[in-house]
Amino acid sequence: MNIIDRRPNPKGKSLTNRQRFIDRARGEVREALSDALKRRKLGEGVSGEKVSIPTHGITEPVFRSASRGGQRDYVVSGNKKFVVGDRIERPQGGGGSGRGNASPDDGDQQDAFEFVLSKEEFLDLFFEDLELPDLIKTRLRESEATQLTRAGFSIQGTPANLNLVRTMRNSLARRISLHRPRPEELEAIERQVQTALDADDAESAAQGKLDLEAAQRRTRRVAYIDPVDVRYNRYERVPKPNTQAVMFCLMDVSGSMTEAMKDLAKRFFLLLHVFLERRYKQVNVVFIRHTSNAQEVDEDTFFHSRETGGTIVSTALEEMLRVVRERYSPDNWNIYAAQASDGDNYTEDSDRCSQLLGHEILPITQYFAYIEVGAEATLRHGFPSPATDLWRTYAQVAEQSVNFAMRRVADPTQIFPVFHELFAKHSAEG
Amino acid sequence: MASSNSIVPDAELLFEGPEWDFDKIRRVNDAIEEIAFKELGLDVYPNQIEVITSEQMLDAYASIGLPLMYRHWSFGKRFAREETLYRRGLQGLAYEIVINSSPCISYIMEENSMAMQTLVIAHAAYGHNHFFKNNYLFRQWTDATGILDYLAFARDYVTHTEEQVGVEAVERVLDAAHALMSHGVHRYARRPKLNLEEERQREEDRRRFFEENYDDIWRTALLPGRNVPVTVEEQEKERADMRRKLGLPEENLLYFLEKQAPRLKPWQRELLRIARHISQYFYPQKQTKLMNEGCATFVHYTIVHRLHEKGLISDGALLEIMHSHTSVIFQPEFDDPRYNGINPYALGFAMMRDIKRICTEPEPEDREWFPEIAGNGDPYGTLRHAWANYRDESFVLQYLSPRLMREFRLFKVFDDAEADAMVVDAIHDERGYREIRRALARHYDLARHEPDIQIRDVDLAGDRCLVLSHAVHNGVELDDTSARAVLEHLSTLWSYGIRLEERDAATDKVRKTHETAAKRT
Repeated sequence: MNIIDRRPNPKGKSLTNRQRFIDRARGEVREALSDALKRRKLGEGVSGEKVSIPTHGITEPVFRSASRGGQRDYVVSGNKKFVVGDRIERPQGGGGSGRGNASPDDGDQQDAFEFVLSKEEFLDLFFEDLELPDLIKTRLRESEATQLTRAGFSIQGTPANLNLVRTMRNSLARRISLHRPRPEELEAIERQVQTALDADDAESAAQGKLDLEAAQRRTRRVAYIDPVDVRYNRYERVPKPNTQAVMFCLMDVSGSMTEAMKDLAKRFFLLLHVFLERRYKQVNVVFIRHTSNAQEVDEDTFFHSRETGGTIVSTALEEMLRVVRERYSPDNWNIYAAQASDGDNYTEDSDRCSQLLGHEILPITQYFAYIEVGAEATLRHGFPSPATDLWRTYAQVAEQSVNFAMRRVADPTQIFPVFHELFAKHSAEG
Repeated sequence: MASSNSIVPDAELLFEGPEWDFDKIRRVNDAIEEIAFKELGLDVYPNQIEVITSEQMLDAYASIGLPLMYRHWSFGKRFAREETLYRRGLQGLAYEIVINSSPCISYIMEENSMAMQTLVIAHAAYGHNHFFKNNYLFRQWTDATGILDYLAFARDYVTHTEEQVGVEAVERVLDAAHALMSHGVHRYARRPKLNLEEERQREEDRRRFFEENYDDIWRTALLPGRNVPVTVEEQEKERADMRRKLGLPEENLLYFLEKQAPRLKPWQRELLRIARHISQYFYPQKQTKLMNEGCATFVHYTIVHRLHEKGLISDGALLEIMHSHTSVIFQPEFDDPRYNGINPYALGFAMMRDIKRICTEPEPEDREWFPEIAGNGDPYGTLRHAWANYRDESFVLQYLSPRLMREFRLFKVFDDAEADAMVVDAIHDERGYREIRRALARHYDLARHEPDIQIRDVDLAGDRCLVLSHAVHNGVELDDTSARAVLEHLSTLWSYGIRLEERDAATDKVRKTHETAAKRT
């Protein structure tokens, strides 16, 4: 008999087939995915996505008998009370109880085929939906915090940082090269002197004593550990990219924002979140919605509840600053913000907004993206509509800052190009 | 376990604890082999045991249990489904997969405990292996020594063809071939052994012949001596002639298409041939599921008990093995939500044990029903004979005993779509035994539950319409949706119109027709 350990064999023998399957069902998968995305929570992060797709297009048909009609007989186990001639109601919705061993592949009978996409597959499909350019090349400026890092050895330092191994190694080398007698050698000479004395060999004893003195002198002169031996661990402060980020989603939820606009905003937020997740270990998300006043809410409320009232954008910015002060110190966190709005603002508020943004928010954020949603507004009469209040205000800010960007988005297909443009532009400058 | 009395006191346990290693597996295999050969008289292909991870087991599942397979999206689909079910914990993985090849490859999973490995080796490497080597269907239809080479050839051929004509074109042909796979077997003729060199040579010859002999003039020329049929009889005679030349009627659809489809390219024919060979390879397995599993389950049951009696495995190991054994042979009753037909492991194992009982402790009833084996005192010889010479249908017909029918409380239900309810027409009593046995045997007859479809005619001189017929037994017609989809696939291969007639088997009357128009390419 042979036993072969196949475990080290390459894994993922089915990957090509799986890829082909997904390619084949691409249309259905993408549709299912965009449905799934609507239900998806931002905070969940990108893991696999369970999708359920209709089976047409991926059926493997075979000739098989109809499940109804004709005369059939079944042999069934577990008779409890039937005798010949008993009549039994037909079981509902099945082809009869005895078909077990003749029934074809169950998967082909289901109306929907359900499986889990891996993270990579998900991202591929997700970015494909948005006509994916090369995302990885886009660069973000990273906040620089410092961290102590080991950096070799030094001859000065505190005792706590003493490097024992290095020190002893130096000491040993020095002792060997300067011929410092070892304790055993001293003992040996002592023994020789003693034997000489015992044997009344005065000459040898005298010689031995001289040797011993010389050795002892040498031992005293060549220290066991000399200051030149001592080495300390050296640390340096190294700038290190923060590995945690917080993302602020700001959105106008007043009545003028339609569901379609919110969906656009959500797609943008989601994309930014995925993007940040690729860069940072941990990404927190803070949702701030505002009408004429702002509050921090959870995701569900953020996307699904509707408020009425005027629109004062500065309240959202203030709320964001409050949250930053309370929980996300700019020293420890990379702060990103994305704001979505239809551009309405209370006219008197514009100055306040540009003040807040230009002097308080932008200095502490890595990046602030503003997208103005709303298809109708932008393409009215085939001409770009006049800029909104907020747009005009922000345009002034944008001129002065590199980490602020603003775009208009009218429909889902524009989301990715806009997204890419935002980050590609930044990479060109930074 | 009553047998624990007979533990040999100084025998040393083969293993303790759940951890396995290669050395333990070797020792266990040797002990099992001794029992299998000396006591059960099994005869097996050389064994090759391969340890794989659960991930690799999923891979193996996806390629229908074969270690090598060409690439196709449907395997990816299977993989996606199995993986999802497995990851969500809806379905455990099989403990082993065994391949009918020589050497006989058994895959065992690294997650199994040592007790499970023992069970799996006894089950697969000795039970299934013996069945593969000895059953007449496998001996006749499959070539255990050639299959791995052939699969390697098939995989390479598909890859090579994909490079030349593109993945999509290959996929179209394979899709169609897969749809027709269960109609790609020769049921009666004995097929010649596969030989890899010849396969390659034949493929090469086909291509060369095609290149050398292509001459457009001959195709349309009216040769001397070739009369144009005028009268109706002459036309009818010519058509009959043509049918005979084409070997019609033909039930092996893939074979017919490979040889006769007018517009296929050589590589397309070769792909059909590959699908056909693989289908043929699995044909015996489909017909012997009950026996094969019954045989393997009986063998592992007997062997692990003997190991325990000899003091080679501990009580704990035996209990662990019996725990999974009993869940494998569990037979829910018909009104149980878990009921999904008769469990082949349960019935197969019960029949094997029953045969052993009949041979050693027959009752008067058994002597009456099985005079030739009752009390013959040679249970293993009798079983080996049965394993070698029957398939599920004939096995049930021959060996299902009244006692077992009572144990399973089998009953037969007749369902006529015209009537408003089903009728119980036989139960496990004196009057019903034979009827139940006959009906159950029919269920295991592949020819009964796979639709009987044949190529009946093709009008090569006219519009080249291919005529298929489905023999309708007892008024059970084809499922409309799937039939239409299969015909679509068929027409990509045939390229002309296709008509499928559903004919009543008794009266030969056409009940219904499905048609597809010619594909314009």
